[in-house]
Amino acid sequence: MEKISLNVNNKMVSVEVDPNTPVLWVLRDHLNLAGTKYGCGVAQCGACTIHLDGEATRSCILPVSSVGDKKITTIEGLSAQGDHPVQQAWLEHDVAQCGYCQAGQIMTAAAFLKKNPDPSDEEIVSAMNGNICRCATYMRIRQAIKTAAAAEK
Amino acid sequence: MKQVQTNLDRRSFLKASAMAGGGLMLSFSWMAGCTPAEQSSLEIPEEWFALNNYIKIGANGVVSLMSSNPEFGSGVKTSMPMILAEELDVNWKNVLVEQADFFPERYDRQFTGGSQGIRLAWKPLRKAGATARQMLKEAAAKSWGVPASEISTEKGTLIHKGSGKKAGYGEMASAAAAIPVPEEVSMKDIKDFSIISHSKKNVDGKKIVTGQPLFGIDYKVEGMLIATVIHPPFGMKIKSVDDSAVKSMPGVKEVLVIKTLESDYERNFFDTNAFNELVVVAGNSTWEVINAKKALKIEYEIAPEESFVMAGWGGKETVKVPSGLESSDGHRSKMAEMAKKNAKVLRRDGDPEGAFKKAVKVLERSYTAPYLAHNCMEPVNCFAHVTADKAELYGPIQAPEFIMRTLQARLGLPKEKINIRLARMGGGFGQRAYGHHMVEAAVISQRLNAPVKMVYTREEDMTNGIYRPTYTATYRAGLDENNNLIAFHVKGGGIPEHAVHADRFPAGAVDHYLAEGWEINSNISIGAFRAPGSNFIAGAEQSFLDEVAELAGKDPIEFRLELLDRALNNPVGKNNDYDAARYAGVLKLVREKSNWSDQQNSKGRGVAAYFCHNTYVAQVVDLRMEKNNPVVDKVIAAVDCGVVINPDAAANMGEGGIIDGIGNALFGEMTFVDGVPQKNNFHQYRMIRQKEAPTSIDVHFVSSEEDPTGLGEPLFPPVFAAVANALYSATGRRLYHQPFVNELKLSKTSL
Repeated sequence: MEKISLNVNNKMVSVEVDPNTPVLWVLRDHLNLAGTKYGCGVAQCGACTIHLDGEATRSCILPVSSVGDKKITTIEGLSAQGDHPVQQAWLEHDVAQCGYCQAGQIMTAAAFLKKNPDPSDEEIVSAMNGNICRCATYMRIRQAIKTAAAAEK
Repeated sequence: MKQVQTNLDRRSFLKASAMAGGGLMLSFSWMAGCTPAEQSSLEIPEEWFALNNYIKIGANGVVSLMSSNPEFGSGVKTSMPMILAEELDVNWKNVLVEQADFFPERYDRQFTGGSQGIRLAWKPLRKAGATARQMLKEAAAKSWGVPASEISTEKGTLIHKGSGKKAGYGEMASAAAAIPVPEEVSMKDIKDFSIISHSKKNVDGKKIVTGQPLFGIDYKVEGMLIATVIHPPFGMKIKSVDDSAVKSMPGVKEVLVIKTLESDYERNFFDTNAFNELVVVAGNSTWEVINAKKALKIEYEIAPEESFVMAGWGGKETVKVPSGLESSDGHRSKMAEMAKKNAKVLRRDGDPEGAFKKAVKVLERSYTAPYLAHNCMEPVNCFAHVTADKAELYGPIQAPEFIMRTLQARLGLPKEKINIRLARMGGGFGQRAYGHHMVEAAVISQRLNAPVKMVYTREEDMTNGIYRPTYTATYRAGLDENNNLIAFHVKGGGIPEHAVHADRFPAGAVDHYLAEGWEINSNISIGAFRAPGSNFIAGAEQSFLDEVAELAGKDPIEFRLELLDRALNNPVGKNNDYDAARYAGVLKLVREKSNWSDQQNSKGRGVAAYFCHNTYVAQVVDLRMEKNNPVVDKVIAAVDCGVVINPDAAANMGEGGIIDGIGNALFGEMTFVDGVPQKNNFHQYRMIRQKEAPTSIDVHFVSSEEDPTGLGEPLFPPVFAAVANALYSATGRRLYHQPFVNELKLSKTSL
């Protein structure tokens, strides 16, 4: 067990955990931030995607000890009012079916659009290929990303 | 306006006074599950007036509608309240939606599955809405001293034209709650609908995109332990558990072996579980128990043959579970052997064997499909808190009614003392109809005397059975000298069940018809998987008909329409399980929308149509081969599901079903070696991803005033054939064995 300080959603928090604990479980079990989802535990589905200093990162294989001063952003901290352009576009296109994977989809999309604000269809597909949606809302995910990109212009 | 009898007694229309009594069922916050229908913030009234079990109105005019069915992503939490709101005649902006607990005394059929939610709720929900509206009218009539028949409503306002009097529903709600339930009420004409057939957004949309805790796996209470489970390979059972390395690990509380169902328990239809004995590790946090799980040393031994009594749809039956370690290779050879033997005749019309002898051309083809795992994104989990005198459960469950009976028997508690709360499900697809996880969590909680959240790892989830069965079917068709289909034979088999639906198309359209089925027992457990049975047989049948049409030298749509014309005008037999006119309707619509007759479009194009779960679907797939990989450009679907409740959400469901079908046709497969599932996570089990999803999908709905039917399943089965037929058109090669990726020898490295 080790006491570890983290910057999560612009707030300093501290947890006492095994330093190998993946950030996913620190968020879910210790910090009451359940928006980041467990899907596979082996970085294959994207449900656990967070931002680490703005980079889309799989939190299920990220040991909490490796975070250091880097800023963690989760779906709960993506925007203050749930009105990030990507979140708004998700609502506009009514993307979700079961909704379980969508936090990971949104976090991947938001980080991607920050780097590439005017993506082509191919770039969108490629950026989102690591996020599985079992309900297969893939069409709407693409459309929502286009809408979010347009809104940012 | 149509008058209908309410046929509602007082018990089914509990009043506010009876509902405010507290007790176990209402022990949690009344408004906890509420979601504003629109994104506006509604003021929660201090007091609600319940007009029936579904509808409460506050003095400020805010309306709370109860969504009674479990939500697994098909949108019932939005579409079912839309039906209530329509007949109640309120402004959707003033509506809050609340998720009901499992509460059979108040709600009919709290079951999500079989695409039956909307179909079976349509009339009761309309009636509930219309009845509440009539009670509001009668309250206003009393207050104003005018006849109720002179009062009309408009989006939450009661109006008496003669006197010019108006009142909001909120003003009359208290009085309306005391009005006797009317015996007859009038329902709206379909042409007057302003909510139904007008797209509304998912009522949980905002919570989903902001990561609010909606799912069973997100649930947490003070002092809760986390548990995870380990199960053996198929055909084995636990021999010994060595937890010496685990007991001292940080955060670990207990290692135990549980028995989910007692040996003498008489199972119900949804009591399928692959492994009745499980090793459980319980502790303080998920990561700690997952680590401990890896450090356990468990020995397994061969499980003996077993049999138990199970209540099926057709009465009680004894289920035999054979002993032995099964492998996919063994399955294949056993199935090939069985396919040669005599099978059970399911339907025979005319003289099939005589007709085949007379036929000028005969075509015979065999199709196979593997086991599939559901792979819901939310792994199996459940919260349970069982004490000496009551049990509280919260988790993903499609069929709470069935697992309630199991819980009663297993926990020895009456049903009044068991509360099943319905979490939003991170997918269901049939897997969550089987509530073994609720019993497992309850038994663990009971043993540990603590609130417990049980979470399966992805590996345990994927290897835990309840799979889509593996199937095969052999088809034969006989054509006469004029290329008319005179004989048709389907012989299907599977482990442990076949997928033949003997009374479906083309039964009824062919004079000489034979359907047969056979089955092989197995210890690999199976269960419902999106459109059970249909999800294989549609693909086989519609691929075969494509090939028969080609042999007959006919256009594949025209060929099907000819058969449907026969079934409509001069049907063979009496029990044909489809409406030939509606079937033909979707084929004609997809022909028009896909511009089918334009020959320039024909390369890489395939069509299929199917009727299952009460809904008619036809699809055209356009694809091309790129470096030996199929690239699906476009899918056009035509759907007849009667009235469409929530059109945009319905299209979403259709798009999802189509992509799911493409994914499983190309990639879906679970295999076994000596009882061990050969895939346990997404690095091995290939799921369809963004890159393989079509460039575009158009879902067209037949304009209809027929009562609505479901959409969760019907768009899934025909895609398998539309893809196979399109692949044939693109490559000149017919594919018979799913997943097609194996047959095409595609590169699997694109993950």
